[in-house]
Amino acid sequence: MPKVKVDGVEIEVPQGATVLQACELAGKEIPRFCYHERLSIAGNCRMCLVEVKPGPPKPQASCALPAAENQEIFTNTPMVKHAREGIMEFLLINHPLDCPICDQGGECDLQDQSVAYGRGHSRYDENKRAVTEKYMGPIVKTVMTRCIQCTRCIRFAEEVAGVEEIGAIYRGENMQITSYLEEAVTSELSGNVVDLCPVGALTSKPYAFEARPWELRKTLSIDVMDAVGTNIRLDSRGRQVLRCVPRVNDDVNEEWASDKTRHAVDGLVRKRLDRPYVRRDGKLHPATWDEAFAAIAAVDHGGSVAAVAGDLVDCETMFAAKALLKQFGSSLLEGRQTGMDYDTSSLAAVNFNTTIARTEEADAILLIGTNLRWEAPLVNTRIRKAIKKGAKVFAIGPETDLTYKVEWLGADLSVLGNLPERLTDVFGKAAKPMVIVGGGALKGAHGAALALADTLGLVKDGWNGFNVVHMAASRMGGLMLGYAQKAGIAATYDAKLVYFLGADECDFANFRGVKVYVGHHGDKGAHHADIILPGASYAEKSGTFVNIEGRVQRGERAVFPPGDAREDWTIFRALSETLGHTLPFDTLDELRAAMALDCPELATLGLKTFAWNSPSLGTTAQGVLEGYPIKDFYLTNAICRASPTMQRCSAELVHGESFAEAAE
Amino acid sequence: MGIAQTIKAFTLYEFVKAHALTLKYFFKPKATINYPYEKNPLSPRFRGEHALRRYPNGEERCIACKLCEAVCPAQAITIEAEPRDDGSRRTTRYDIDMTKCIYCGLCQEACPVDAIVEGPNLDFATETREELIYDKAKLLDNGDRWERAIAANLAADAPYR
Repeated sequence: MPKVKVDGVEIEVPQGATVLQACELAGKEIPRFCYHERLSIAGNCRMCLVEVKPGPPKPQASCALPAAENQEIFTNTPMVKHAREGIMEFLLINHPLDCPICDQGGECDLQDQSVAYGRGHSRYDENKRAVTEKYMGPIVKTVMTRCIQCTRCIRFAEEVAGVEEIGAIYRGENMQITSYLEEAVTSELSGNVVDLCPVGALTSKPYAFEARPWELRKTLSIDVMDAVGTNIRLDSRGRQVLRCVPRVNDDVNEEWASDKTRHAVDGLVRKRLDRPYVRRDGKLHPATWDEAFAAIAAVDHGGSVAAVAGDLVDCETMFAAKALLKQFGSSLLEGRQTGMDYDTSSLAAVNFNTTIARTEEADAILLIGTNLRWEAPLVNTRIRKAIKKGAKVFAIGPETDLTYKVEWLGADLSVLGNLPERLTDVFGKAAKPMVIVGGGALKGAHGAALALADTLGLVKDGWNGFNVVHMAASRMGGLMLGYAQKAGIAATYDAKLVYFLGADECDFANFRGVKVYVGHHGDKGAHHADIILPGASYAEKSGTFVNIEGRVQRGERAVFPPGDAREDWTIFRALSETLGHTLPFDTLDELRAAMALDCPELATLGLKTFAWNSPSLGTTAQGVLEGYPIKDFYLTNAICRASPTMQRCSAELVHGESFAEAAE
Repeated sequence: MGIAQTIKAFTLYEFVKAHALTLKYFFKPKATINYPYEKNPLSPRFRGEHALRRYPNGEERCIACKLCEAVCPAQAITIEAEPRDDGSRRTTRYDIDMTKCIYCGLCQEACPVDAIVEGPNLDFATETREELIYDKAKLLDNGDRWERAIAANLAADAPYR
């Protein structure tokens, strides 16, 4: 652990730290453009210059210089300030200074740092460089004249996203960043380059010119587009959520978010249910809340009532529905809409036990029937990191591009009973082996995968390598609240009254009872419903979500639901009064207190660990995986399907329609 | 009562003096003007009714940077923007609530393209409040109407900026 002096203050820094990191540890702010803590070091912007002794009598780039014993670092000498001012002047030579029309204005690194290190005026009279716009797909808008060639986007695409589709051509002043052949970047993480870009060269296309950062109200929330539980910040103005950006949480999403997380928010203002509807003579008619409640009260179900939870609902909604059903003596709760009926007697057997962050430590990984790139993109980036540290990855399922080298073992699940030697060799030597079971394989191979825990030694002291990847944000919370029947969703088909909590993916023809849809989008569920009660989306209510690893997280409300729509739990509370079985909670806090009594794990936030006891299931796996459960990454739920941006992404990136446009 | 005061009282001195003053101003030139047919000269920096200007080729100047909205201390300006068909950054909505406006002139100071200006017009009283909520069409119309005067004022003030 080298000891260095930063501006006269002696501190100890970790082995291998750079001078820039040492300065940060000492609380000194170093300006930078190209350096990013989650990317490799490039050292090409030269903004982070500091004076280092011993060393040559000139300023040095601190991001690329290792901190060494007895180094003396100066960050505020006249020489450093003068050098940084020089660099800033060079950077601004070719920068167009079109801040008033630039979307980065107000949150631009170059803008901020030019306040500290820029001259008040320009000494440059020559012509500035101009670069043509490049096409990078439906998410990223480019104004390449603004580029300062920090190469963060190139490094992100290569290292994190794993698609080598952004690069630099030409050299020196003529260097240009471009997507090769000007094709859309085919990554589900491409939106992150917008956040990474320190200037306005790469900005968000759907959000173009929409708002300035200072007029947005920022709300901390949790994403529901997949089950990873990405920590997000919703930026809203008035009653509309304008954008969604990731928050830093090293345990879950680091600081990335998938394109679906970022850009599905424009679906929140489209196709919304904003008033109750009641079906009369085969047609849905607008109604008042009282009429809708009366229609429900008129159903003579005699206790045969069920609730089906959709993929996006929060634990509060599910608990309110559960409490209402309990009043009628029913516990017909189900959340697995597509007909899955895996065993849920042990939550550890359906949990991502390794945790997302520790996936990086794994040294042998077996993927069973999961296209992680679409089911959990941010788990996929962790596996990329594990591979960088030397992990080997095997996979069972139809071959697909996971952005890293995978040894495919075929799509036949029976291989689980007869694992090839090349796999057992690697797992035999592995200290931290890992198996990840996807939704596609849970049906046929859950028992066989659990058996691997013994044969491959997945569970040991301080390490549990058995993992299941779910695709619905509500899944783990639902399983904790008992939204699972032995027979799966088929158990609810005969109920005389079924509440659908934003459930849009099930086969509605099978339900024989009266269908009540409590949700926010006019999607499949609303089309088949007999009574529609308009609810709130994830941005419009404070909700608790449990992610795949059992991490309980809570999001806040960013905006109000449109029209007559209400927060879902208040709908059940009001309905219970009409039905004469008033629920015992009047506020969200009271509901949460009741929920904590029902399910103590949901009482506190943070990671919950489930004791490992594997249920005894049949260990033979049969069947060939035809495909993966997600057919179209960009259109997996009602919000995405209502979002024009996601529709465009789907058309272009999944179905290959060409939208390439001429440079502006 | 002293002798001097008695004399003044009997000679109607105060009375005559007051009438002499009245007579003096009767023959002097008038200080008032016949508003609205006559108007006082205004400084080029006078801050009156707002206008959105155009370039000589007819293109609107405003680029929706929202600096005026940000700087407005009365929060009287509301702007919404989106890309125009040709990809350029333009406002779809530019409203000024003239009843909120305090005519401080910070909007025109903030404007990087001299689009929003406070022109020389000061008589724009209306009969209803609603008419004082200006939208983009009204402001652009103001700009077209007052462009010559505004341009002359800006030119006159330019050396001091």
